[in-house]
This record gives sequence, structure tokens and C-alpha cells, in this order.
Amino acid sequence: MGADSGTQVTSAATEEPSRREFIHIFGATIAGAAGVGALVPLIDQMNPDASVRALSTKEVDLSAVEPGQAIKVMWQGKPVFIRRRTAEEIKMAEEVSVGDLKDAKARNANLPDDTPATDDNRITGGDAAKHPEWLILVGVCTHLGCIPLGTAQGEVRGDYQGWFCPCHGSHYDLAGRIRKGPAPENLPVPPYTFLSDTSIRIG
Amino acid sequence: MKKLFLALVAAMIVAPAALAAGGKVEPYKKGDWAFSGPFGVHDKEAVQRGFQVYRQVCSACHGVKLLAFRNLGDKGGPYHLEQCPEGIPEGTDCSDPNANPYVKAIAAEYQITDGPDDSGEMFQRPGIPADRLPQPFANEQVARLANGGALPPDLSLILKARKDGADYVYSLLTGYEEPPATVNLAPTQHYNPYFAGDMSQLLKEEFRDEEGHPKEGVEIPHGGVLAMAPPLVEGIVDYADEATPETVDQYAHDVVNFLAWASDPKMEQRKRLGFITVAYLLLLSGVLYWSYKTLWAKVDH
Amino acid sequence: MKHQSTYVPKTGVERWLDRRLPIVRLAVDSFGDYPVPKNLNYWWTFGGILMVFLVIQIVTGVVLAMHYTPHASMAFASVEHIMRDVNYGWLFRYVHANGASFFFLAVYIHMFRGLFYGSYKEPREVSWILGVVIFLLMMATAFMGYVLPWGQMSFWGATVITNILAAVPVVGESIQQLLWGGPSVGNPTLNRFFSLHYLLPFAIFGVVILHVWAFHVSGNNNPTGVPVKDVKKDTLPFTPYYTVKDGFAIAVYLTVFAVFVFFMPNVLGHPDNSIEANPLSTPAHIVPEWYFLPFYAILRAITFNIGPIDSKLGGVIAMFGSIGVLFILPWLDTSKVRSMRYRPTAQLWFFLFVACCIGLGYLGSQPAEGVYVVWAQILTAYYFAFFLIILPLLGIIEKPKPLPKSINEAVLKKSGAAPALQPAE
Repeated sequence: MGADSGTQVTSAATEEPSRREFIHIFGATIAGAAGVGALVPLIDQMNPDASVRALSTKEVDLSAVEPGQAIKVMWQGKPVFIRRRTAEEIKMAEEVSVGDLKDAKARNANLPDDTPATDDNRITGGDAAKHPEWLILVGVCTHLGCIPLGTAQGEVRGDYQGWFCPCHGSHYDLAGRIRKGPAPENLPVPPYTFLSDTSIRIG
Repeated sequence: MKKLFLALVAAMIVAPAALAAGGKVEPYKKGDWAFSGPFGVHDKEAVQRGFQVYRQVCSACHGVKLLAFRNLGDKGGPYHLEQCPEGIPEGTDCSDPNANPYVKAIAAEYQITDGPDDSGEMFQRPGIPADRLPQPFANEQVARLANGGALPPDLSLILKARKDGADYVYSLLTGYEEPPATVNLAPTQHYNPYFAGDMSQLLKEEFRDEEGHPKEGVEIPHGGVLAMAPPLVEGIVDYADEATPETVDQYAHDVVNFLAWASDPKMEQRKRLGFITVAYLLLLSGVLYWSYKTLWAKVDH
Repeated sequence: MKHQSTYVPKTGVERWLDRRLPIVRLAVDSFGDYPVPKNLNYWWTFGGILMVFLVIQIVTGVVLAMHYTPHASMAFASVEHIMRDVNYGWLFRYVHANGASFFFLAVYIHMFRGLFYGSYKEPREVSWILGVVIFLLMMATAFMGYVLPWGQMSFWGATVITNILAAVPVVGESIQQLLWGGPSVGNPTLNRFFSLHYLLPFAIFGVVILHVWAFHVSGNNNPTGVPVKDVKKDTLPFTPYYTVKDGFAIAVYLTVFAVFVFFMPNVLGHPDNSIEANPLSTPAHIVPEWYFLPFYAILRAITFNIGPIDSKLGGVIAMFGSIGVLFILPWLDTSKVRSMRYRPTAQLWFFLFVACCIGLGYLGSQPAEGVYVVWAQILTAYYFAFFLIILPLLGIIEKPKPLPKSINEAVLKKSGAAPALQPAE
């Protein structure tokens, strides 16, 4: 790289280099684009990977669950509550008017978003067949993610006979709807279908 | 000082003599691979056929434990779909390997051991895309027992785990030969000139001297012996496509294509992103060079 | 070359901060108006390239650690999980693995540059010594990183190299056991290597700051080796002159790097590392990564006992000695002239030394048999002779060419008629 001009730089400090010439700005711009481009993989690598995305369904055998009992199963790393309700409990849940609810939306992954939170809409699976006995919920409190009590025998069920979150005192009813406390939404209903009368597939 | 220097340079230029190696291997046959070179892509049909060969022949002894069924429908995989075929319910995203109907059908053809269930027992169920392909043997000990002490290697990475992997596997599969007359083989040993080994140990008695070393002038055959019998014979796999010949050569070619994909399933994405990146960096280099020259033109340096 | 701070805070906020934490002043003084000799050639851009690679390695390493499992039964599978399932996981892994190679390539060029232009000499001894410390830390980091994928080469490389330590008298076996955390290389080894592999790069980062600080106190060396006489005539501000020049060199180097990452990501690796570690079977030829080959050749070259020192310990001493000798290099070279540009005889011996290192690298990749061993011994002898005999002697007997009076004079002369010996550019 021979210097092609014979002019001698008098002083680096006094001669202001032409930083504003087009080519310098252009160079800096594309160099900066690299940084932005590198952000794409840097961020996307934190998204769920292909093996996690693949494991989305779970089959559960319900034959051992008696009326009045509930079980907890793991689905996508979260607990799913499956409660077999008695006729009396179904009646209690059905009698609640949607107007009295804190969250009037069904929050059911099997139904459109704006469906009202009637008991009927809370127990509808992907196959549209009704099984009023079976209530299937993602058991994560919609407030800050604790696991509400009330599934196992003898656990506190709260003021509405459903579930009670001990972390911050949210009460859910017999259709998993938020009735009292800081939680903003009803417990979500995961996508599921009945494979037979006694088995379901979640996801 | 100068003389010493020159002497050292001269000594260094003399190349080290080649070493006499122990067991030599026949140079591999060079295959014409769709996946090689910067523009190479996987030949999806060959990969599909190769998967069929793997299923019907290789999988009896060799696993591909790093592969899940869903990989077959991944972008770049042999059964990847951009659009759903006829008869799939509306709203299904068939580009998602977990919803891909071919992948689901293939997975369902397998029985997967799952469990334990509520009674503590393991049970069998049809496969789903998330499952990995089942292993031929429960553990290494069973595998060795079933194969006369030899352990069939897992094939997921076999092309990366061997030098010139594609040519090697192709040569090995098509290279079985009658053993040379100078050696004795046990019934469980199969001669292959492309398999690394030391044939001098198998020389017949009359070709050795008293100490057991090969006699003067006796040529030691290339290659070695392996426990795997020639796995491919003409017509052993029935291809749906009538135009594809059902020969050992074609089978080997196809199975190498399958294994190339299995060991490097992200190759196509990698090369695609590579062209973009290199083009970008060349542009950046050019612009910065220009910028640099413009800037420095004003100073003596 | 003391640099007077030229930073003048312009806004009230800048003045406020400057009185409390003059971090902007530090940045401007170090990388803004910092005066750099105006005759630096492209060999000087490798410092900037190394900075970029240190950052690349740390960033990709942090990402990989999010997905990697440091357990003997899961490490191999988790690396393949990164390659197959993690979004862009293959990219991060190939950049990190090939990045190590390109990091070492750049560091070797950087070191040879320092050697040729006498950058280790007074008053830059401390910067040079810190550089050797960085090099040692890099070697430890790279070695432990290579173990993490838990392939056959990982496992057996770890076994062979940690066995080297057993040669050290008295404490050797205790050190070895401390590294292993058990009777052999196993899960505890993998765990601690992972922890240290994550830690050491930050130590490197710290020493890099000291390294840069040290030569910013003395001022950069330059191809003539003549110190800056007149800041106005001899230097240019780092920004924009050298930021743009370094930027250009970085872009070119990254282009070559990208070709490897995207089109031949495995050529610098070894097929055996695609086989999961198996403690029951050793690969036919254990070879380290290419950047360790010269040292591996030196290790294996000592096949004879030297008095009470057996050949195993001798090899270890020679290997560590080959790096250790770099620490005392500033005092071994007796020449008053820094740059070999003006030392025609030393130049020849230097290029022979470069060839010797490349030769040792080749020999390290070959089986340690027959003529290869003899050659490794000859080259090892030359390696040490270069530092211990040739450089001290040359400084006394060699007659250097006349030095230019100043950097500016050398530059003006060059733009007129090119001198005969011009190694760079």
C-alpha cells in the first residue's frame, strides 16, 4: 500500500478527517447490520427447540378415577388437573351465572376465544362430545404460576369447592373459574379429546 | 553462520521417507454424491429409498439413535412437505413435522416401548413423530451376544465418524469379495478390501515362516475381515418406483444418501445461510476497503 | 510515549460523569484519539481480529452452555441435540468449534509478528509476558473445551494429556488425581473441565485488558521499531484511521472463517470425535487439534533419558519449556535493534524458525515412528536453539542495517523508492 499522494499530513489533530463522507457512513451502516443480523440466531436459540415442540401430546387413562376424585398429570412440563365431578358438583357449577364471574371468558383451547365461561363451555373437548363429569384444566394459577391446592384428597379447596391457590389466595370454583383473589383469569382448559369413555389425549 | 543456515535449509527440504504401514486398505470408490460441494443438496428421493433400505435391511442390527420420526419431516428431510396433500383437514400445518401425514404414518408403523404405566409395567404403543427410531437391541451386551461378540455401530453419525465417510460406506457395502487364496477365514469372518484390518494374521500356515511372519514375497491382501456378512443382495428391497434398479450398487448408493442426511440434517440450511453470510462479508470487506483507502489517501504512511 | 488526554467533555452530562467516573475519557484516550504510529502494516491488524474472536467465542460459548449437559452419559447426545434440535444450534456450535481454530491461527500470526518486529523488547516486556500468559490460558481453555463433546478424541486426548502430568516428580500423580476427580478420566473430570472452560475465558479477558494497557503505556511498536519522536509527524489517531483499517482486516478474516463454518465445518476436526467416548477402546491415532500439533511433536520428540530425567518427564519439560522460553525472550535477545527489517541475518533465522514450527506441526500429525521422530528431534533442537543460542549470539555478532531517524522519515523514503526487504504487506 504505497501512498499515492505526496502531500504530507501536517497534523493528525488539526486536520479533521472527513468522517462524514458517504463511504464511511455506508461502511459503518453495513457493519452495524451484521450486529442486527446476529441477533436473529442469538434470540431464536432461546425459543423452544424442535424436541420440545414435538412432545405436545399425552394420553391419560381415566378408568381408575372415582366420582369426587381428581388426579394430576404432567403435560408439557405443567400439571393438568383432571376432576371427575359428582352430579351435585356439576349442578353447583352449572348454576353459576356468567354475569357473576370475574372472568367471563371460557379460556378453553378447544373453543373460540370469545366463548362465555358457562360450565358447558368449560367441559368441552376438541371432539365436541360432552362429558360433564370430567373437568380438565391446566393447573397453573393465572396469577403468578403457583399450583393451586384441591386436587388431592383432604387438600384445601377454597370458598367455592374447587381449588385454592395458597401463594396469594385465589379461589377457583368447580369449573375452575376464578371467583375470588388476585388471579385475573379462569384456569385454562388444554386442548384434549376423548379417545374412549375412559381415556383422553391432551394436546 | 550462513553456511550452517544453508545446511539446515537443505536438510529440511529433503522430505521424510514414506513409512511402511501395517494393514493397507483398498482406495475407496469415488461416488457421485448429490450432497457434496457447496451447492450440494440431499437427493430426497434417494434418501427416501435409502431409508427404506435401512428399515428393511440395516435396522435389524444397526440403530440410528439420534433420529426421531419427526426429523423425516423437518425442513431438508426426505418427507418434508410445504403444503398438505389431499384429504388432510383444513388448518393443518403439514410443514410442521409433527403434523406431517407421512411422518405420522411411518411413526405409527413402529411399536414403541413406553411406560411405566400405573401398574408399573412397560407397554407397547404405536409411534408418534416425537419418538426416536427404536433401537435394534436393548443394550450393548445383547447386541454383542446376537452378533458373535461384535457390536454393530450406531449409524446416525457414521458418515462423519469415518474419513471420507460416504465413499467409505459405499465401498464397504459394494466391496465384499471372495477371500484371497492365501488366507484362512473363520465362518463368522467376511473379507472386505475396504475394511481396516491386518490380513497378515490370517495368512495360511504355508505362507508364513517359523516365527509366524509372512514369508518373503508373499503379498498381504488389502483390507480386513468384519463380522457383518454382505448385507445387500440384488432384489432384497422392493422399490415402489419401477424405474430405479434394484441392484446392490443402487441400494448402497441410496443408503449412503440416507446416512448422509441422517448425519448432517441441517446441511441445506447451513449452505444457504453460508451464501448469504459470505456474500455479505465480501460486500462489507469491499466497502471497508474503499472507506479505508479514501481515509488514508490523505496521509503518508 | 505519554499520551496527554485530549478528551473535552462537551455537554453538561458528560462533564458531570467525567468528574465522577471518567469512563468516556478512558474510551476516547484508549481507542479514540490515542496516537498510533502511522506506518503499521496489516500484520498489526491481528490484535483487533483477536479481540473480535474472543468476543465471538464467549458469546457463542454462553449460548452453547444453555443447551449443553456436562454429564458423561449425556454430553455427546446433548451436543447432537444442539446440532439437530436447537434453533440455529448447529451455527453456534460450528462457529465456536471453528472459532477456536481461527483464534489460534490469529494468535500465532500475532506472535510471529511480535517476534519479527521485536515487540517484546524494552519497553514492552510486560505486554509480551502478559501475551504469553494469555496464550497459556487459551491453550488450557481450548484443551478443556475439546473434551466437552465427549467423543473418542475428547476422551483420549484428555487421558493422554492429563497423563503427562503424572511425569512431574513427587506431586505429579496428586495433580493428576485432582484433575480427574477419580481414578481415571470420567464424569467428575468432565464436570470440572466444563466449569473451568466457562471460567477461563473471562480470565483471558482480564489479562487482555492488562496486555492492551501495558502497550498503551509504552506506545505501539511499529515496523521500523524506531520509537515515536514527534507525535504530530509520526502518529495518527486510532479512530478513524486504525478502526477502519482493522475493520477491513476483520471483515476479510471473517470471510475466510465463514467459508469454513458454512462449507467445510468439519475439516479441522477429527472423524473420531463423531464417535461417543468409549473408555474400553482407543482410536488408532490420537492427534490433538492442529493448533497443538507443534507442541505435541516436541513432547514426543524426547525419546531418550537425559541423566536422571526419564524420557517422559523430558518430553513434558521440553513441551512446557517451549512456551516457558517465551517468558524470558525479552532478555535472551541481545540485539539493540528491534525490527528484523534492519537485521538481515536474524531475518533468515526467523523465517527458518517459522518453517520449523510448521514442520513440527506436520510431524505432530504423523505417527511417532522412524524418520518422523528423528525430524521432530532436529526441529525441536532448532526451536530451542533459536531462542537460547541464535538470538543471544546474533545480537552480538550481527551488523544491522542503518535505522531510519524517525517513523516519518521511513515513511517518506518508502513512498519514494521501496527498500529491498519488505516482509509485510
